[in-house]
Amino acid sequence: MSATDFPSLTAGMIAAQIREGTTSPGDILRASFARARGVNSGPDGLNSILWSDEKVALAEAETLSTQLSGAAKGGQLAGVPIAVKDNICTLDLPTTCASKILAGYTSPYEATAITRLREEGAIIVAKTNMDEFAMGSSTENSAYGPVRNPIDVRRVPGGSSGGSAAAVAAGIVPIALGSETGGSVRQPASFCGIVGAKPTYGRVSRYGLVAFASSLDQISPFARNVDDAALALEIMAGPDPRDSTSADVPVPSYREQFVSRATVPAPLEGVTIGVPKEYFPDQLDPGIRRLCNRSIEYLRTLGANVKEVSLPHTSLAIPVYYIIAPAEASSNLARFDGVRYGPRIKTDDSLRGMYEATRSAGFGPEVTRRVLLGTYVLSAGYYDAYYRKAQAVRALITRDFTTVFADGIDALFTPTTPTTAFTIGSISDPYEMYLSDIFTATSNLAGVPALSMPIGRSDGLPVGGQVIAKHFNEPMMFRVAYALEQALGAEAHT
Amino acid sequence: MAVTQDDVRHVAELARLAVDESRLDSLVRELNGILEHMEVLAEVETGDASDDTSYTGLTPTSTPLREDSSGPIPLNRPIESFAPATRNGFILVPRLASHADEISE
Repeated sequence: MSATDFPSLTAGMIAAQIREGTTSPGDILRASFARARGVNSGPDGLNSILWSDEKVALAEAETLSTQLSGAAKGGQLAGVPIAVKDNICTLDLPTTCASKILAGYTSPYEATAITRLREEGAIIVAKTNMDEFAMGSSTENSAYGPVRNPIDVRRVPGGSSGGSAAAVAAGIVPIALGSETGGSVRQPASFCGIVGAKPTYGRVSRYGLVAFASSLDQISPFARNVDDAALALEIMAGPDPRDSTSADVPVPSYREQFVSRATVPAPLEGVTIGVPKEYFPDQLDPGIRRLCNRSIEYLRTLGANVKEVSLPHTSLAIPVYYIIAPAEASSNLARFDGVRYGPRIKTDDSLRGMYEATRSAGFGPEVTRRVLLGTYVLSAGYYDAYYRKAQAVRALITRDFTTVFADGIDALFTPTTPTTAFTIGSISDPYEMYLSDIFTATSNLAGVPALSMPIGRSDGLPVGGQVIAKHFNEPMMFRVAYALEQALGAEAHT
Repeated sequence: MAVTQDDVRHVAELARLAVDESRLDSLVRELNGILEHMEVLAEVETGDASDDTSYTGLTPTSTPLREDSSGPIPLNRPIESFAPATRNGFILVPRLASHADEISE
């Protein structure tokens, strides 16, 4: 492997080369760090990485090399460098959620998802920049400055997992982890022209994921192709005794679903794909509409039966989401009070003064806004009108999905976002920013798995197509996405 | 149901946030700007969905209860390396309650 090849290598290729001995974990890691230095430096640097330690990573690579020269067979991710969003706990690098309130915090334990990837030979090389506490859709809300989109550095990479998306799109790592609450992996995957896969709620353990909105959060992988995303998710999925909300549901092989059909002429024969009309409103960006229509034609060519369906409560997703997520966040973020984590601002007066001083200095404007909003909708007199009502409408949104899936639809195809990546600083109204999640928040509210994949470019900017399946039917989601990816070929990036 | 300055002061107090008086006006505007988009929910007929708690897709079968027992989770590094202050293996925290606090409020 030469350093110039590295940015185009998939995780599958890297692990195969390392197992065969044609390249070494050390060479791969040095190429990854060199790439990171190249794209993150200078005035137009991406700012995608918050923390990394080359020495620690190279020492791990050395250990892996020694094991592989012995009897060890090498895992499915042997020597694959992986970047991790800064709200997922790792042992050797800080975990700050890109917030001043967690400055200097390094976790004394690691997330189960990380443990599982490392058991397959993955090496954690970096913690990535993000919207503070995952609250945002552009990665402009970081205490450490905004992230730039590698496709066009004047634009945002999307958010909140923008640093991980940029790191994968720029060729620093083939796989990165993000977290999803309302679209925080699929939306940046769409903006950066890569794959992002949100699993079913409960599919991946959240042990070690800093909680934002607990009825929505899921750790989710980014990759440059569907195969790598399926591989990473397959490794992370499954019950974990340390997370009582991780589902005790068997994990089938995700890759087998599409690998076994790779040479079949009509790999989607017998699959019915629904196209929900609410995701194609009149004001949808014409470039996005055109590319979605092209993908829908490909899905037909691949053997799928495509038909229009309706998810009537779609337009209510953003109002519902922006009640439920801030409400849960206001409760989850109560723990950051200067006592257990991060800096503590001492005041002369009461304990309460210390809490208020620490929290006010530690949280940025968007986090403060959402904590206030969440506290308001849960407060006496407003709980029924806002929070309780939102939960009832959430049930209706979930029923929209369960109804179409019960009616014989195997998967849904939609655009991932209503627009392509916007320029840094161009959206100042909070609600306008929230609308960026209009096509993604629905799957989080309903708990169903959903994936974004590149389906072409409009005015040079990546456009994402979204494949949604029913609860725990990740195999169908990956099967449809893989077939479409193969059919699109180079058109996915042109 | 427009949010007022007093509402913001009240929820800030509940959320343990010190909000600068100079920020009150803009917070009132921002919160009202967001909440006006929520008013649409009041129009929605939810019927029996109000009692539906299966919205996450998880069921008692997929997340069964475990035995009510668990051991400690070993830490990767000693607490002295990350806690602000410790004594005899315990983390020292600021005094969490005092009568003096209650009276002074």
